[in-house]
Amino acid sequence: MEIIRNFPFFSIMICMFSAIVTSVLPAKAARYLTRAALIAVMVLSAVLLVNLRGSGTSFPYMMGHFPAPWGNEIRAGELEALMALFISTVALFSVMAGMPAVLKDIDEDKQNLYFILVDLMTASIISMIYTNDLFTGYVFIEINTIAGCGLIMIRQIGKSVVTAMRYMIISLVGSGLFLIGVTMLYTISGHLLMPNIRESIAELADNDKYSVTLTVVVGLITVGLAIKSGLFPFHLWIPDAYGYSNVASSSLLSSIVSKGYILLLIKIFYRVIGFDIIVKSGVNNILFVFGVTAMIMGSLAAIREKNIRRMIAYSSVAQIGYIYMGMGLGTKAGTVAALFHIISHGATKSLLFLSSAEFTEGSHSKEFSELYGTGRKYRGSALCYSIGAFSMVGFPLLSGFISKYMFATAAVGHNLKMILALGALALSTILNTIYFLKSVIVIYSDDPKKRRPQSLETYLSGAGGMMSSKMQYFCSIGALTVINFLLGIKAQTIIDIISEGLEVFG
Amino acid sequence: MYELIMTHLNDVVAAVLFAIGLANLLFQKNMIKKIIGLNIMDTSVYLLLASQGYIRGLAAPIMTDGNTDAGNYINPIPSGLVLTGIVVSVSVTALMLSLTIRIYKKYHTLNLDEALMRVRQEE
Repeated sequence: MEIIRNFPFFSIMICMFSAIVTSVLPAKAARYLTRAALIAVMVLSAVLLVNLRGSGTSFPYMMGHFPAPWGNEIRAGELEALMALFISTVALFSVMAGMPAVLKDIDEDKQNLYFILVDLMTASIISMIYTNDLFTGYVFIEINTIAGCGLIMIRQIGKSVVTAMRYMIISLVGSGLFLIGVTMLYTISGHLLMPNIRESIAELADNDKYSVTLTVVVGLITVGLAIKSGLFPFHLWIPDAYGYSNVASSSLLSSIVSKGYILLLIKIFYRVIGFDIIVKSGVNNILFVFGVTAMIMGSLAAIREKNIRRMIAYSSVAQIGYIYMGMGLGTKAGTVAALFHIISHGATKSLLFLSSAEFTEGSHSKEFSELYGTGRKYRGSALCYSIGAFSMVGFPLLSGFISKYMFATAAVGHNLKMILALGALALSTILNTIYFLKSVIVIYSDDPKKRRPQSLETYLSGAGGMMSSKMQYFCSIGALTVINFLLGIKAQTIIDIISEGLEVFG
Repeated sequence: MYELIMTHLNDVVAAVLFAIGLANLLFQKNMIKKIIGLNIMDTSVYLLLASQGYIRGLAAPIMTDGNTDAGNYINPIPSGLVLTGIVVSVSVTALMLSLTIRIYKKYHTLNLDEALMRVRQEE
């Protein structure tokens, strides 16, 4: 048991060190090292999760030689272990299935740089999940932003560089607001470690001191992290960033990077400020309103989109809305639903991006008008794409159904919020169905202009024709499909872990 | 009101600088001016942090003459945070500047809106 306590620290350090070592490795070794590091993190998180499962405990882990109020700490419980497992799994499959695109888009002598970014991104998100110190959280937010920017601009075409610039500007506004929020929180509480801030805040709230400052702090931190994760009015960079970047990057950015900020925000709500104070300040109502708006507006924009990759990106905007809507309900059930949706959306969205890669590359276009009939040419990936699309719509047996069901049950009993949430869920489901079924119908039907889909090189053969790259691609998207089914069928286990983990959160 | 502002002069200046920086970062069209805005914004936060840790009349937290009484020194943590923050903001600035160079080489403009328009025209 004693050695297992080191696992969160090991997970972070494995990613960090493989990022450092990767910088001097040739491309091939870099690919192997990154995959090995991600598998190692997966195994460590799984062992940690199994060990903590059912114990109802969590433990702090001292970093450096100074005890609690002065030193730095990380903390691990069931929820953190589950999230680290989820992050490393999705990262591994995204890298494996996106490998042909990485090989094609990036020069051989620069490929190791891409894997540095992947390692750094994973390390920063895992640190955000495990950290017990608010300022450490800020530092890793910035590292994550830089890694995300690199992932977007790695294709080095004009579009992606301009998109990366826009992403940086929006993200930096978010981190600036977060930083000033943390600074103000430090001034009123005098601490940076989460449990210590929590104690000071509880004392201040009892004496009714600094209540305005506290509300401002909550507002600044929430808005900062909401901007960074791409909540509705700040979503303008999302379609370009996910639509034009490398497919592995799109999958990583949409299913993991934006989720890291939300996980940190939930952690701050529960462990730093205290959820009852959040509910009293009314910030959750604002999140609820923007979440509901995002659900509708994201789906409407997705319907109008003619490019399949950008359509999936707009669907991400809507799904981020679902998560914030769940958090905005202001109950534990709502947060559990939001956390489940983080996992479910991560598994589904990466599946959609990665499986669509084969037929968009095969027909050399991402426009719907060029995709007719590709589903019958590329059977395996089209089947996986359809399963992913059904999951997004909320088809029973699949993970999307469970998260929609959980949001609906969490909303019951809130009067006005219930009507809004259920209405938005119903409307958004209909809109989801329209655009996802459209894409599935297009890839399986004949071209109205009677053109035959033909291609000179496909996604998988373009990548140097490696035998293993084909197998890797199908294994990864197959595994993501299986995860989708597992989340749909065995959802109760995950929900139990989430709610137990949230219980020990604070 | 005047007294309140004068006693919290550092905080007020930090807030004003933050607003100036944020507005520049968001609304300037020129990318270099945006980056300057970003730096003003970050610096305002460091001013706020550093002034919170400063206690008038006390020494810098470097132990001399074996004087171990914590009451003689200012709070060292905010200074440490400022240092960390400066490192972060330097690296972000470097990244933004390199992106600006890339965009300038490709589109021969420093205006982000214009670069965006050229991207749209390419399609």
